[in-house]
Amino acid sequence: MSAVQPARVPAPELDVARIRRDFPILDQEVNGKPLVYLDNAASSQRPRAVIDAIREYYEKDHANVHRGVHTLSQRATDAYEGARDVVRHFINAADTKEIIFVRGTTEAINLVAQSFARPRLGPGDEILISALEHHANIVPWQIVCEQTGAKLRVIPISTTGEVDYESFERLIGPQTKLLALAHVSNALGTIVPVERFIARAKALGVPVLLDGAQAVAHGPIDVRALDCDFYCFSAHKMCGPTGIGILYGRSELLEAMPPWQGGGDMILTVSFEKTTYNQLPWKFEAGTPHIAGAIGLAAAIRYLENIGMDRIARYEQQLLEYATARLATVPGLTIVGTAAHKAAVISFTLDGIHPHDIGTILDTEGVAIRTGHHCAMPVMDFFKVPATARASLSFYNTFEEIDRLVAALEHARSLLS
Amino acid sequence: MDLKDLYRDVIVDHNRNPRNFGKLEPADAHAEGHNPLCGDRLTLYVNLDGDRIRDVKFEGSGCAISVASASLLTEAIKGKSRDEVKALFDDVHALLTRHDAAVDPAKLGKLAALSGVREFPARVKCASLCWHTLNAALARSSEPVSTE
Repeated sequence: MSAVQPARVPAPELDVARIRRDFPILDQEVNGKPLVYLDNAASSQRPRAVIDAIREYYEKDHANVHRGVHTLSQRATDAYEGARDVVRHFINAADTKEIIFVRGTTEAINLVAQSFARPRLGPGDEILISALEHHANIVPWQIVCEQTGAKLRVIPISTTGEVDYESFERLIGPQTKLLALAHVSNALGTIVPVERFIARAKALGVPVLLDGAQAVAHGPIDVRALDCDFYCFSAHKMCGPTGIGILYGRSELLEAMPPWQGGGDMILTVSFEKTTYNQLPWKFEAGTPHIAGAIGLAAAIRYLENIGMDRIARYEQQLLEYATARLATVPGLTIVGTAAHKAAVISFTLDGIHPHDIGTILDTEGVAIRTGHHCAMPVMDFFKVPATARASLSFYNTFEEIDRLVAALEHARSLLS
Repeated sequence: MDLKDLYRDVIVDHNRNPRNFGKLEPADAHAEGHNPLCGDRLTLYVNLDGDRIRDVKFEGSGCAISVASASLLTEAIKGKSRDEVKALFDDVHALLTRHDAAVDPAKLGKLAALSGVREFPARVKCASLCWHTLNAALARSSEPVSTE
């Protein structure tokens, strides 16, 4: 093995010790060791500000929204609609009517598949995705293809885990009715240079959906600068609650789309002869929404913006560089996904030790990572591995925690290899 | 939770050097097992002599627990009748899932090394996959079984 320079700990971009005090869950022992939480791509943790916002809402302001003339209903409505504007500002959308509250990224993509794509598709039409997509950006398109006779085409990836642009240019054409791409790969960490793909798609008049689940928490997002038509993300991967997420859609497209689910809130008038639908964004929000979720998401956004998305991105790059260098010192460790531009997600295998065993051994050391196929089975097939271990970092992780990860991996090797 | 209880020497040994690893050709019966959660995947081949297991082999890939469990299974069931295999399955199942299960080393032999698995609920499926696959093979079913 070549001599590897010990990784240097850079001067951190953030006051992480202070930030960690905002996250009550991080201050605990797991299996007798201080918790090292490195499963942020699966779900991040919540700062006290988010937990407090949700608790205060339930303790002081809860009622149903858009319904009552009474004070609590007005407060709840104001908080819920206020959250929509916080989201709009966060991703720089033009108008709050372009911000649809949904359950999460998965529901957002399904909504677009059924309401936008399905009426436009027929035999001979194609939907284009890449080979590094999460199942949530594969299966909804397979379903809509089955319903319409359209075909799903897949842009291949390279051995570094990058979406192949030349193949994309060959695959996209007049038959392409939608391009749906991950902004950041959950399994490999690849930051897809979506701007380039979007520019080409736009030149051909192809609408573009971005799966932003892994991107929003890790750097600034500007949907207008990106020039995408749809952008989908989940609150729980950005320090917000589970069960709430966002579909951003350009208003011209959303206006033309039929409702996806019917019920209360999405209508203006109902009779047995004729129902008129509500305007945007409520046309797509049938039923009582996750009000507390929206309020929690707004609190999470305020928290992240207070730290600064640019600073978060810079610090996480420091963590990624350090972790990549440190992991390279572990004999038999191979990093899967080595794109030039990556988010702080590191998938890896260890010679002779199955990822599932790594996960169990690390857990006994207090280190939480994800093992398995990461809901991206085609990516695992491409790299010919049944599974990987994945450490995914957040701005509240420290260089010391990466050292703990490396030490725990050494322990796994001593036990099993 | 003590890791040494999970990764006992017998388990580590059978993971490194799985016994009866490979394919039986021809086989009277075979079945595929798959644990989608962690990617464990194995195929179990059985040759029968009337009611008795004459030979058994497995191939595939998986975590240490699933590989060692399959390897131990092949050693344990060779020469046994269907009824004896069924009784052994019940004992192993109790060993893996029930805290009050009394482990009789004489009855279970080396399989007793799997007793640590019950302290790690996420890993029970890894250890039981090969047994469910065996049941499928003995039922002469070629449908893949899944622990999900």
